[in-house]
This record gives sequence, C-alpha cells and structure tokens, in this order.
Amino acid sequence: MKRMLVLAAALAAALPFAASAHKAWLLPSQTTIAGNDPWITVDAAVSNDLFYFNHVPIRLESLQITAPDGTAVQAQNGATGKFRSVFDVQLSQQGTYRIASVNDGLFATYEQNGERKRWRGTVERLGELPRDATNLQVSQSIGRVETFVTHGAPNDTALAPTGRGIELIALSHPNDQFAGEPSRFRVLVDGKPAAGLEFEIVRGATRYRNAQEEIKVSSDAKGEFSVTWPQAGMYWLETGSEDDRSSVKQASKRRLSYVATLEVLPQ
Amino acid sequence: MRVTLTIALSGLLATSPAYAATLDINVEVPKLNVAEYHRPYVAVWVEGADQQVAANLSVWYQQTSNSEGHGTKWLPDLRQWWRKSGRTLQVPVDGVTGPTRPAGKHALSFSNRTPELRQLAPGNYTLVVEAVREVGGRELLKIPFSWPAGAASSGRAQGSSELGLVTLAVKP
Repeated sequence: MKRMLVLAAALAAALPFAASAHKAWLLPSQTTIAGNDPWITVDAAVSNDLFYFNHVPIRLESLQITAPDGTAVQAQNGATGKFRSVFDVQLSQQGTYRIASVNDGLFATYEQNGERKRWRGTVERLGELPRDATNLQVSQSIGRVETFVTHGAPNDTALAPTGRGIELIALSHPNDQFAGEPSRFRVLVDGKPAAGLEFEIVRGATRYRNAQEEIKVSSDAKGEFSVTWPQAGMYWLETGSEDDRSSVKQASKRRLSYVATLEVLPQ
Repeated sequence: MRVTLTIALSGLLATSPAYAATLDINVEVPKLNVAEYHRPYVAVWVEGADQQVAANLSVWYQQTSNSEGHGTKWLPDLRQWWRKSGRTLQVPVDGVTGPTRPAGKHALSFSNRTPELRQLAPGNYTLVVEAVREVGGRELLKIPFSWPAGAASSGRAQGSSELGLVTLAVKP
C-alpha cells in the first residue's frame, strides 16, 4: 500500500499540470509598460508557494500568446530549466496582450496487475492504454493558466473569450487593479457565465508572512464576483470545476481549471 | 474706414474671454543628498470631482534615449498620472511635456487662454502633482481650488520626500 502511494506521489510530481496540490502560474516581469520597443520576460512554473520556483516547470509547448489585434505571437528566448520555464515577449503593438498556457487533453486512471496507474494524452493516443486495464476512467481536462500585460493604453481584443473551458472577464480591465479598490469579474464556462464557482486568491511573497491570507469568493447567479485588494502585489487566482460535458465520447467527465496572475499596483 | 477696423478688432477679441483668470503654480524639486541622483519625472494635472484628469498641465520626463531605453519607458512609474491620462496620451504634447528639471523651485503659469485650461468648465478641481525618481521614491500632492475663482485664492502642499513645497495661486 505504501509503495503504491509513493508511486502515485511520484507520478503526481511528474505531471506538470497537477490537479490540485500545486499551484501553476505565469509571472510576468511587469504588466504595465511603455517605451519604444518594450519587452517583458515571463516565468512559468508549478510550485507550492507564491511565487517561488520549487517544483516543476510549465512546458513552453502549451503557450498561447495573443496580441492586442487578436493575432498569435511567438514567445522568444524560451528555456526550460529544473524548476521553471522562462520566455520573453516582445510587445510590438500597443494594447493588451493575453499570455496563456493552455492544456486541453485527456486524463485516465486505471488498474493493471493490481496497481493503480495514470495516463495523460490526447484522443489520438488513447490506443496507448493497455488492453488489460480495468476500472478505466477517462476524463477530459482543460486547463488555462494566464496573465495579461498592457503596453500603453489597454484594449480588449485579445481578451475575447475562446468559449472553451473556464475563462475570466475582468469587468474593468485585467491590468487595472489598484490596492484598496474593488475589481469586478465575470467567470465563463464554455463562453457562458457560470454561477457558484469558488475562487481562491492569494497574494505573492508567502514566504515572508505566517499565513496564506487567501481570499475566498464565489461567483454569483450572474457569474460575477468582486474582490477588494487589501494590498499591492502580484495575486494568484484559481478556480476549477467538474462536469460531464466532455467533447470526447471516450471521456465521461470533464475537469476544468483556471489560473490567472493579476498585478495590483499601489495607489 | 476706422469704423470697419474697430468692428474687425472687436470680432477678434470676442473669441477670447474679456477677463484673464490665471493659475500660478510653483513646484519645488527638493535637493537630495544621495549617491546616485536622477532628476525626477513629474506630472502636474487638474482633476475634476470625478477624479479623472480634466487637464494635463506639465509633464517632465527624459526626452532622449540612453542605453536603458527611451525616456518614455518610465512614464508608467508616474502611477496615478499614467492610469488616469498618460497611457492614452501621445507624447510629446506641445506646451505640456518637456525635459526633467533640476532641484529648485519651478514656476508654471497658466491662464484661461492657455489651451489646457480653456476648455475647463467652471467648478471645483484639484491640482495634483506626482513625482517619481529613479532608484528613489514617489510622492503625490493635492491642492483643491475653484475655477474660475470668484476672488483670488491660494493653496499649498508640502512634500516630504520627492517633492518640496507646491503652491497654487488662482486669480480671477
């Protein structure tokens, strides 16, 4: 029993997109920028503490960067190390960039020879699952980890929902958070406002205080919620849900998760 | 002939107000004894009751490029000004933006004929001065005033770190 638990823990550690225990995040070097040729650099990692690199990196293949005109942008100078990936983004256009890591695939658990095993992959690779697998449970998993950066005046072209999985609409703008002020958000699942989603919001620099001081809030009937930022800082925001609206017939369940990194500036 | 000239002249004068309300501001950049001194970026603006920018009066920033970037790179450090106006403004703005200034008292004079103030509707406003210094701090000062003033009035605010004395005199 102990060996199985150790194996399961090792497998959980190896999965860059772990379901619950760890926090995934993108950390931009700044979110409000100006100048003739501004660049930012972004850290992408999964860890237990905010915003410290102590577990595994987020893989760069999952990156989706959207420019203020809605077109796709390539990350530059990407590198993946032991605890984090890092990449640069050249902000050639004025407006708001949406920088995301999106994982959209299948997740399976099964038993083989009395051992509980896990598998991650895509629909095309379902054939990899062994024929003698029992208690097979396949679920679809859509996860989005994102942040936002504005060069000059903000706009919202890049913020248009894709309509897939959980997405967050900042009702003023995701780069308009200031300490002591309330910000309002609307959460969407597959493009529609979703009520009752629970959010956990934690300010960074957790190492230097004695409590997480997390903010917990749920979306109301209109899918909206409000947060009043106690202090300036980088904040990590997460929510998740499960339903049975998988788009793949082999998967009975669907797990959705969403993380955003929002910068709250001082007054 | 003389009658025609008089009519033409009064036609010109009719486009600007008969009185000249003035707004005289003095901003003191403090002399600081620091190892690495950089002139501060300063923004001076008028805010309405809605706390939005009603008029930009003066913005001082590095006009040139250096190895770290163009001077506009650090305009967002003027946090409140950037958020309320700077980020939608195309700089430079004639008569408003200019280079950084050294330690000392700097007099700025505006009137209801100045483009920035000409559009200002009568009401209660706040003069806001925000200053930020590279490898230094940031300070913001506010002085309320009415425009145009029924009678001459003045106001002042004393900074404690990145700004010295800021004074405001409104004359009807």
